[in-house]
Amino acid sequence: MNDELRELYQEVILDHNRRPSNFGPLPQATERAVGRNPLCGDHLSLALRINNEVIEEVRFEGQGCAISKASASLMTEAVQGKTVAEANCLFEQFHALVTSQQEFSEDELSQMGKLAAFAGVRDYPARVKCASLAWHTLQQALHHSSEPATTE
Amino acid sequence: MTATTPTTEYSVEKIRSDFPILQQTVHGKPLIYLDNANTTQKPAAVLESLANFYSTSNSNIHRASHMLGERATQAYEGAREKVREFIHAASTQEVVFVRNATEGVNLVAQTWGRTHIGKGDEILVSAMEHHANIVPWQMLCQEKEAILRVIPVDDQGELVLDALDELLTPRTRLVGIVHMSNVLGTVNPVQHIIQRAHAYSIPVLVDAAQSAYHMPIDVQQMDCDFLVFSGHKLYGPTGIGVLYGKKALLQDMPPWQGGGDMILSVSFEKTVYNDLPYRFEAGTPHIAGAVGLGAAIDWLQKTGMSRIADYERTLMQYGTKLLAQVDGLRMIGVSPSKASVFSFTLEGVHPHDVGTMLDYEGIAIRTGQHCAHPLMQRFQVPATVRASLACYNTHQELDALAESLKSIRTMFA
Repeated sequence: MNDELRELYQEVILDHNRRPSNFGPLPQATERAVGRNPLCGDHLSLALRINNEVIEEVRFEGQGCAISKASASLMTEAVQGKTVAEANCLFEQFHALVTSQQEFSEDELSQMGKLAAFAGVRDYPARVKCASLAWHTLQQALHHSSEPATTE
Repeated sequence: MTATTPTTEYSVEKIRSDFPILQQTVHGKPLIYLDNANTTQKPAAVLESLANFYSTSNSNIHRASHMLGERATQAYEGAREKVREFIHAASTQEVVFVRNATEGVNLVAQTWGRTHIGKGDEILVSAMEHHANIVPWQMLCQEKEAILRVIPVDDQGELVLDALDELLTPRTRLVGIVHMSNVLGTVNPVQHIIQRAHAYSIPVLVDAAQSAYHMPIDVQQMDCDFLVFSGHKLYGPTGIGVLYGKKALLQDMPPWQGGGDMILSVSFEKTVYNDLPYRFEAGTPHIAGAVGLGAAIDWLQKTGMSRIADYERTLMQYGTKLLAQVDGLRMIGVSPSKASVFSFTLEGVHPHDVGTMLDYEGIAIRTGQHCAHPLMQRFQVPATVRASLACYNTHQELDALAESLKSIRTMFA
């Protein structure tokens, strides 16, 4: 595989695609949302247990490409235990990481932890929606919207 | 006029040299274009015909009192005659220029359909239709409170025609059937279906978008009532397509869009509509597009549709064997009656990832649901990878595809 592709398909992404974290049902969920990318057929169900503005537990189910599955997996890891406000903040950062031209310093990237693996996505416009689907679905769940999330 | 019978041997290298776009590299690799079911590339003759038309003959048609208008009209009507000959229609009156196959289906649904289909009537399509041959009928059914019925597809990717006698009911008003599936590659026995529908006097519309560039089409032999295809899949320009309709049916249809060129006389009291086929071509059409399509047909006639079909059959057989050796590959659509399309999934790798990885090898394929959601549901796959062939593809390109798929599989394992 060439270097450019290696930038996109980082080892951490391939790992989370093979063995996603927090994958499965969450019967005690207090919030749920569904996300779809109609063009690729990606489908994501997100379930959260929120107590006192804290995301105590989050799980996902569905199918999608490596980028979207790894993104969902790493998103659940990132927001678990965070407050709703903190999760919103992470959404903004992630969104900027994959869509904007804004330069991220080494420090900023290291603060984002494993999410920084998605820094290469911005160079693949066709794949930005894959990386952001989970996050848009999270927003949907946090804002109690009943419309399915879509990035298209 | 008769088609030129090609005498020389089929040389894929010679054919490739006719396509300027194929001479490039993508991500540093030679372009391997296997997205032909989506759209095909254009031979230089087509590109030159467009430039030539605009450089020498550009004018509006059917109404100019000058030399350029005469040339443009001749070029446009000349293209219509080329289409007639290509599909073996009885008359150019039966050849209507539209934007694409989709517009052809919509035209029939909105004119013939609106006058012949009423409450409780049935329209029969198949489970392997492209959305273009589903949604226009669904819209009509909604408007008229009619019912859409569906011929099922079996696990191989063939129509279950045993069901046909039950599905053709006294309320069936039209059958809409795809000649060749854009996902499965299955070539349907349309002539047989038409015979059975005609036994009950039910007209049949054939969607030939995928078949028209892979095999010879003879509408009279097929005996279809309507047939649609797009120019851009036939090595021609985008924005031009053809609706063929039997004269008796077209004559009986109300106009579709109103405007210039579709009328004989207009007053505020009464408008007299023009003859066939102009009645269905309101406004200035895509003149250059028709000319380009004519050039594409010339190129195809010179190359020979039967020879293209034969060559693609060898490619198809070679590719089928090759892809069967890729671990974890599941072919969707394995009918023995199949042409030029490989749709598949690769275990453990999502089609979208396969698409991105192949792109970096210079290989262009399509991934997704191919405008056939019901068919995807039928095979319970969220999406597939689709590699589709055209006359300029080579055995070596299929080797490269199979090798890349093997290494992708390893990487994701």
